[in-house]
Amino acid sequence: MPVLNGKELRIVGFLCNWCSYGGADTAGTARAGQPTDLRIIRVPCSGRIDPLFIVKALLNGADGVLVSGCHPRDCHYAAGNFYARRRLEVLKQFLPVLGIDDRRFEYTWVSASEGQRWQHVVQTFTKRIHDLGPAPKLEDPEPLLKVVDMALTSLRPLGTGQKNKLDELKAAIKAKLPELEVVIGWQQGYDAARTVPLFMRTPEDVDKLVWGPFNVNNPAVYLPQYKGKKVGIVVKGCDAKSVVELLQENLINREDVTIFAMPCEGTLDMARVNQELGRYTTIDKVEYDEVGVTITADGKEHRFCMNDFAQGKCYGCTMPTAVLSDTLIGTPTEVKPGPYTPPELALLDSMSLDERLAFWRGQMERCIRCYACRNACPMCVCRDYCIAESREPHWISQEDSTRDKLFFQTIHAMHLAGRCTGCGECQRACPVGIPILALRQQIARAVGQLFDGYKSGVDPEAVPPLLGYEVEEKNIHEREWK
Amino acid sequence: MSITRFVKPEGLPAFLAHLSKDARVLAPVVKPADKRSVVFEPWKEGKEFTLEKATVPAKAAVLPQCETLVSYRKVKDKANPQNVTLELDDTPQAETTVVFAARPCDARGYVTLDRPYLKGPIADPYYKARREKLTVITLTCNSGCNTCFCHWVGGGPSSPEGSDILMTELSDGYILQGITPKGDALLEGSGLDDGADRFKEMEDVRKAAWATLVKAPNLKDAPAKVAAKFTDVDFWTRETDRCLSCGACTYFCPTCYCFNITDEGEATSEKGGRRLRTWDNCMSPLFTREASGHNTRMEKALRMRNRVSHKFSTYPENWGTFSCNGCGRCISNCPVSLDIRQIVLDAINADKAAK
Repeated sequence: MPVLNGKELRIVGFLCNWCSYGGADTAGTARAGQPTDLRIIRVPCSGRIDPLFIVKALLNGADGVLVSGCHPRDCHYAAGNFYARRRLEVLKQFLPVLGIDDRRFEYTWVSASEGQRWQHVVQTFTKRIHDLGPAPKLEDPEPLLKVVDMALTSLRPLGTGQKNKLDELKAAIKAKLPELEVVIGWQQGYDAARTVPLFMRTPEDVDKLVWGPFNVNNPAVYLPQYKGKKVGIVVKGCDAKSVVELLQENLINREDVTIFAMPCEGTLDMARVNQELGRYTTIDKVEYDEVGVTITADGKEHRFCMNDFAQGKCYGCTMPTAVLSDTLIGTPTEVKPGPYTPPELALLDSMSLDERLAFWRGQMERCIRCYACRNACPMCVCRDYCIAESREPHWISQEDSTRDKLFFQTIHAMHLAGRCTGCGECQRACPVGIPILALRQQIARAVGQLFDGYKSGVDPEAVPPLLGYEVEEKNIHEREWK
Repeated sequence: MSITRFVKPEGLPAFLAHLSKDARVLAPVVKPADKRSVVFEPWKEGKEFTLEKATVPAKAAVLPQCETLVSYRKVKDKANPQNVTLELDDTPQAETTVVFAARPCDARGYVTLDRPYLKGPIADPYYKARREKLTVITLTCNSGCNTCFCHWVGGGPSSPEGSDILMTELSDGYILQGITPKGDALLEGSGLDDGADRFKEMEDVRKAAWATLVKAPNLKDAPAKVAAKFTDVDFWTRETDRCLSCGACTYFCPTCYCFNITDEGEATSEKGGRRLRTWDNCMSPLFTREASGHNTRMEKALRMRNRVSHKFSTYPENWGTFSCNGCGRCISNCPVSLDIRQIVLDAINADKAAK
């Protein structure tokens, strides 16, 4: 019966060659009756399955995706399914944030001799998908435009950091400068109400260094390109996490990087600052006090209290001071971790699955694929070799469909699983303000829950969870097939 | 004197409704978000719109982000299945379009695009079809802004170049002034009140807008000076230290017109395929990657050099004018606020600094 004639749904199965494909074969030879909705794609190992295969299938019209491999400890290649198990479980917890019901995706283990078990798996899964019905399509719902609630309470008092000893920092950098090719920090941008990354090569450059709530850029994004060269970097707490994550992944060498740090008191959400400032010609002055900034533009005063205008990440920040540094000017601020859900994620949490799909449709429509999100990401180290633009393999077409755009965001998020430190540069860089950080935040939350509160970018010695496995996973349990 | 009409703010939706009777009207729409943005979208009755300067220019009206150049598929003759023919469709996708409330910099963008697309040895039929069906209604700016520099590059807050109608905000409404015969005809058929008595006020408002601008430097030497810097790779490396090599500057530019052509789908099946033309940008590694795999521009400095040189030196060499209209979107949308104004000024002043 043709797929589109109603009764059948479209289910894609990715089966490992050595076990589950054999299992399906056994079921077939034993004449074990099975529903025919499943279309099987044979792969060498469940470890070969890129979670993106599954997302791509689901975004492009599959009603369900089933992955099946060898039982753990029974992998033909020793450990393929151990890695797969972690990836697939993270994916399963990620799907709902896109508005895709996670019951539409399942993974299981079936050996070549388990024909009966295979029959049971296919019957159960197909029934589940039929109960759920055809999958809603991204293009179907009316676009939903909801705005993140930024009225947040900070875990610590936010400030402008003007009491920090910037002169001491400059002196420390100048002392170290002769050994270093460049030191990356911040300087004033095209007006006094913004800063831009600064590349210090001479003592005169160091004099341009600024410290304060406008230092929004994450300078760690530039580090990998200097691998093998001696460089310095000035960091806020969140930037340091990116540096540590790069070290964890050997993308930079510890002995090459000199880290200068000062305690951060928070940075401004420039999106809201710019909106409040509106259209102006010139900034007359910028005045700092302990709790905020007063910007005078075209003769009009605007007050920005840090508690009201900080970046979302600053409210929940528990590491305002670099977790790793060579020169620390000032005393690290202690922050007690408290309950905090990032505002973007909180918004998605408050929606139903259908609303989320409508939300992403409404948001991604205006994406123009400039890839500022990708290039501003310190963890996006493929740079010129990103699969988003590759023709071989052909992951994404050049079309400007909402589906392709959302799929790219999924690629970015999945590639950041267990690596994203939540610096938020992707979202800050987005010129059209798409709250894409929510996708990364959901992955980070899933990783934390699955791997004992793991946080990326905290311990330079830690192995990122998706680069390793445990034979017995503490928090990943195969679902029963009853 | 040109034809003028006056409309009160509450009369604008009716005016848009009138326009949308026989055209697709692209109007700026607010996209609410923590970082709100303004994009051009097809307007329909009842839809809210804004008159703010859009985050994304209305370049897509003539040069869509993605368009199908040719669609093709194999067709089998049912009676004689061995007879297979190829069906091709290369009709340009062009709708009669009115861009409403563009800014003068956006409107000048169309003129900048016209030169390579229409005035070269071969006119691009796809572009031409859309351009001929385009009417541009431009809202003049009442003040300068921190990233705008239209007056540096030959434009201004009320520059009429590229517009069919110029619209100016007065104290209690908007005056619309026909610039081209197309614009005049549109106004005559619009049913709006005559605006001749407000002409003087309009001129005053436009003059006042000029007065808000910060004094512009002289860019007369820019083409020669930027060209002279072409081989100074150190200069470009320094200027682009903080560049992330993303495509924001080019994709938000009303005058960047480079494109990529790719085939999607199955060429040799009955399902068929499509040849797509999509925006491309010189910041992308694929822009210069050759079939051999060799890439002539591996450094971001060389990519940015191309962008700046094109706008301020090679385009002027070919067409006698800058291909930058000073809309400032590349500055305001850049994740690291890279400032093209500064690069050009640095190139101009480079030899002064050396002396």
